[in-house]
Amino acid sequence: MCLAVPAEVLEVFADDRAKVDMGGVRMTIGTAFIENPQVGDWLLVHVGHAINRIEKDEARKTLELLTELFSTSTERHDE
Amino acid sequence: MSDALKSLDRFSDKEAVLQVAERLRATAQGHGPLQFMEFCGGHTHVLFRFGLRELLPPELSLVHGPGCPVCVLPRGKIDSVLDLLDRNPDVILCTYADLLRVPGTAGRSLLRCRADGATVRAVYSPHHALDLAQQNPHRKVVFLAIGFETTTPATAITILEAQRAGLTNFFVYSLHLLTPPAVAHVLESPEIREHGTVQLDGFIGPGHVCAVIGTEPFEYFATEFQKPVVITGFAPVDMMLGLLALTQLAREGASGCRVENLYPRVVTRQGNTKAKAIVADVFELRRLSAWRGLGMVPYSAFRLRPAYQSFDVEHHFDIREFDTRDHPACLCSAIVRGVKKPTDCKLYGTGCTPDTPIGSCMVSGEGTCAAYFASGIGLPRRKQNVTPMSTAKT
Repeated sequence: MCLAVPAEVLEVFADDRAKVDMGGVRMTIGTAFIENPQVGDWLLVHVGHAINRIEKDEARKTLELLTELFSTSTERHDE
Repeated sequence: MSDALKSLDRFSDKEAVLQVAERLRATAQGHGPLQFMEFCGGHTHVLFRFGLRELLPPELSLVHGPGCPVCVLPRGKIDSVLDLLDRNPDVILCTYADLLRVPGTAGRSLLRCRADGATVRAVYSPHHALDLAQQNPHRKVVFLAIGFETTTPATAITILEAQRAGLTNFFVYSLHLLTPPAVAHVLESPEIREHGTVQLDGFIGPGHVCAVIGTEPFEYFATEFQKPVVITGFAPVDMMLGLLALTQLAREGASGCRVENLYPRVVTRQGNTKAKAIVADVFELRRLSAWRGLGMVPYSAFRLRPAYQSFDVEHHFDIREFDTRDHPACLCSAIVRGVKKPTDCKLYGTGCTPDTPIGSCMVSGEGTCAAYFASGIGLPRRKQNVTPMSTAKT
């Protein structure tokens, strides 16, 4: 039920609406909960509304953490 | 999808999942048995769909929690809605598709009610219900609003928009629930103690609920109940990283009883303040609410504030209460508490299947029984490979 889908903002409209690309599906969603949405922002969309921004830097950091984890487990194999 | 957004696909990378699984095995070794509860039905779904259960070390077992709003809805509420439709044939009832097949008394559901002539529409967003109200000014449109904190803001903003548009034929029946009181209730309720409970060493917190309310509400819970909580996302890598972090915290003992946020790309400590403010403006807490499987949980559900009563179904219509009992053999109540498994239920896979659900855990794609069924667990071979996940989810 709490399924939410990442989407990229294509166009920002007045009255808290934006056109987004959701995995190839384009639709207009509500952005009333997002401070100043911009074209190119990543949003997390649930029941036709963006519930939060997806912070690109944080996504990158988690992926880096993963890479770090890989390198340490490889080291362990080498030992 | 844009190339940039595709970088998020790395959270579903198989090699990464296997690497984290290996680390998890090493971390859990010699520290079991550990039993964790994933509260959210979305996480249950991810565990089964990607076969992550098979990757878990033997020391670690998972209990599937009550985090599916459809599964914890008391059957009597469905009967109240069916009764409302029977007495008000001019109503257009809109709700999320998950709810349409949930049976009330004698197997009657909203879908059956539609076949009998009532106007029942599945909507993707509350906006669509609002559109229907604008397109049908001579009919009353009732939006049956169900969901946790992730879903509540969308309902709240739609009520504000209906007010701005001056609509007088749009009504909301709020069945919105809150997660932190339910998590606390799983651990402390005397009623649950009576019915038996399970030892829990930590919780995987609901990532998208926290996108809205933040991690802060779970801090009290971690200290008060001395349990570690890890908030994580819904990609397979997120799920495995979450379990790894939770195992590490559980190993720490008392000092590990805190909240760790492994979903910082979406979740902050404060959550979405704009969404929280709009919800607080439109909704207030009910003193006591019934949850299927958990009994009465104090301050765990939302109703509309009196200022918005012109949009409130409970104010505009006469809602009758029904105390509908579960099917005598149905174990949904024990399953949402994590005390029983679907395979313990006599109805599972025989009388109760995704096509002909008896209990709510089979109706919703995120219900534990539906997840078991989709994976073919405990089913004769011919019933396997039937996917109940084809129903539209919100």
